Amino acid sequence: MRFDWDWAFALRILPTLAAALRVTVLATTLGSCLALTLGLLLAVARGSSIRLVSVATGSAVEFVRGTPLLIQIYFLFYVMPRFGVVLSPMATGVLALGIHYSSYASEVYRAGIEAVPRGQWEAAAALSLSRSHTFFRIVLPQAIPPIVPSLGNYIVAMFKETPLLSTITVVELLYTAKDIGSETFRYLEPFTLVGVLFLALSLIAMAGIRFVERRLPAYSS
Amino acid sequence: MTSPTISALMVRTRGLRKRFGGREVLRGLDLDVPEGQIVSIIGPSGSGKSTLLRVLMTLERPDAGRVEIAGEPVFSETVRGREQPASEAHMRRARARVGMVFQHFNLFPHMTALQNVMEAPVHVLAMSKKDAHRHATGYLERVGLTDKLTAYPSQLSGGQKQRVAIARALAMRPPLMLFDEITSALDPELVGGILELLRELSASREMTMVIVTHEMTFARESSDRVLFFDAGLVLEDAPPGEIFTAPRHERTRDFLRSVLQAR
Amino acid sequence: MPAPLDLLPPLLGGLLVTVTVTAGGAAVALVMGFAGGLGRLSRSRALRVLASMYVEVFRGTSALVQLFWVFFVLPFFGLEISPIVAGILVLGLNIGAYGSEVVRGVIQSVPVGQWEAARALSLSPRRTLWHIIIPQALPTMMPPAGNLLIELLKGTALVSLISLTELTFAAQTLRADTLRTPEIFSLVLLLYFGTAVMLTAGMRGLERRLSLWRSARGTG
Repeated sequence: MRFDWDWAFALRILPTLAAALRVTVLATTLGSCLALTLGLLLAVARGSSIRLVSVATGSAVEFVRGTPLLIQIYFLFYVMPRFGVVLSPMATGVLALGIHYSSYASEVYRAGIEAVPRGQWEAAAALSLSRSHTFFRIVLPQAIPPIVPSLGNYIVAMFKETPLLSTITVVELLYTAKDIGSETFRYLEPFTLVGVLFLALSLIAMAGIRFVERRLPAYSS
Repeated sequence: MTSPTISALMVRTRGLRKRFGGREVLRGLDLDVPEGQIVSIIGPSGSGKSTLLRVLMTLERPDAGRVEIAGEPVFSETVRGREQPASEAHMRRARARVGMVFQHFNLFPHMTALQNVMEAPVHVLAMSKKDAHRHATGYLERVGLTDKLTAYPSQLSGGQKQRVAIARALAMRPPLMLFDEITSALDPELVGGILELLRELSASREMTMVIVTHEMTFARESSDRVLFFDAGLVLEDAPPGEIFTAPRHERTRDFLRSVLQAR
Repeated sequence: MPAPLDLLPPLLGGLLVTVTVTAGGAAVALVMGFAGGLGRLSRSRALRVLASMYVEVFRGTSALVQLFWVFFVLPFFGLEISPIVAGILVLGLNIGAYGSEVVRGVIQSVPVGQWEAARALSLSPRRTLWHIIIPQALPTMMPPAGNLLIELLKGTALVSLISLTELTFAAQTLRADTLRTPEIFSLVLLLYFGTAVMLTAGMRGLERRLSLWRSARGTG
């Protein structure tokens, strides 16, 4: 075994990797926004009293959750153009991440909404508050704080799956590492640094989530 | 206050039936409650008392029977001359005439006492925030919580929470108020305060009140009429003077004996 | 319609590899899950630290990064691992890290009275763990384990990127040959989903068999 670590080389490629990290973070941020918004819409649709809507949404969510993100990325990248929709690789990647993780987010939202005591809905009904008002002003504010850690964990998971976007030419961390490797024939430093970067950032993010969790309001009615 | 020329019924049910799973909880209930009456409902648990209130509050749909509140059918509406099951919009209008105070308060925990009481006046009665603020403050003062306006439910005792719940329901000025065992979840030393409040409300004669309760003293001293529920039907229906001193049915006697002994 | 179905035979070959990697990875994840979970509960500080490091490293980096590291970096150290072995090992270690958290959590949730009763009967800690505690913990582990198994199945798609001829790789090859991209990917999605549904049903059946000693009781 040759432990051939070249510190000078590692330091030289760090700025390139840092630039790629910005792309990774951008993809994660945009993907999260999409996932969190779409996830809430899906959760609402899942709870709809119109059977067709709730069943259709439920099946769609199960399907997206049960199939690999990679195939979903390929599907969007290769099939959308055939229907006239041409998006940049980054946009396609963000769309794929957002849709894939919205299915997880919708399950988390649903659990949070179902955890709000029935009595809250009933008290609102007894006051003649409309269903949508009840949902947005009474139930949702109570549903969100307990599920913030779970949502946070899925955002971290999304962050770690951004390397899949390298398959559709998004120049994020793993793509850049491969690039450096194929140019310089040194794979050890780029891939290890990328691994360390992901590890460090996800550990920081998890600590951040635990910090936020402690400062969340805990309601009892 | 003009008195109606025809005797006004606040509540009218005919053949009300409700089943949960395998059990029929309400078995063909017929009930008339005139406007302004104070009715106490007593009876063993599982006899259907709470279910009746929940049906009146449209929290449950009956399996059969008719329910009218202030003369309007609740669960059916006439559309183009034909009667059909009521839409959500129709039930919301019916709901607005009824207020309810729950056993477990059901306050909105993320809002202060004042915000709890203001919420519906602002969003249902379309009151301005300023008017609603004054309105809500008035009701909270009436229930004795002048110094707790900006407190959150987690900072209130059980009795205080129930007072906020009462103020919140009253602030909507419903002609019919339902009270579902509102002292059952309170520590014993807090019960008296709530009963006192309830006594004041019933004495003020502002609205029709239907009160499910285990507090026999209250039922005897403050209601016009007492209903004894047993197995989904009204077994006895009499003024408190009669029902507590000379109940007609064996079951009523047994129930009263066991309840009064438990004290 | 015979048209899309003629694409099936080449894809089914890939599906077989996918299932093989899933099965192999599941076996590795099972072992590592218990090793990691029990390791984190161990009385020995060294074992606890080792297990924690394993869990944090494999959970904190994505499976794809780990796969690439194994595929691109290890050969420089003289270690050539075939794609299928790399896939089974990496996915197994990755999912095993998540599994060890499940094992740890569920074992900790078994009431402490069980340990005390076993102690009172002079049962050895090892026997208590394997014959008293774990059998009670197993049914509760099943639902999260089922989810992890599906994650494992989905993870096999990543191994296509280091040239394993599983389902996704077969799809890409077929695409290059026939250019019938939408049909191919739709079929592939259905194949993955169908497999996931069967795995979930299987796990639920397993859960039921392991729960025979439980009465039907609701949770508080």
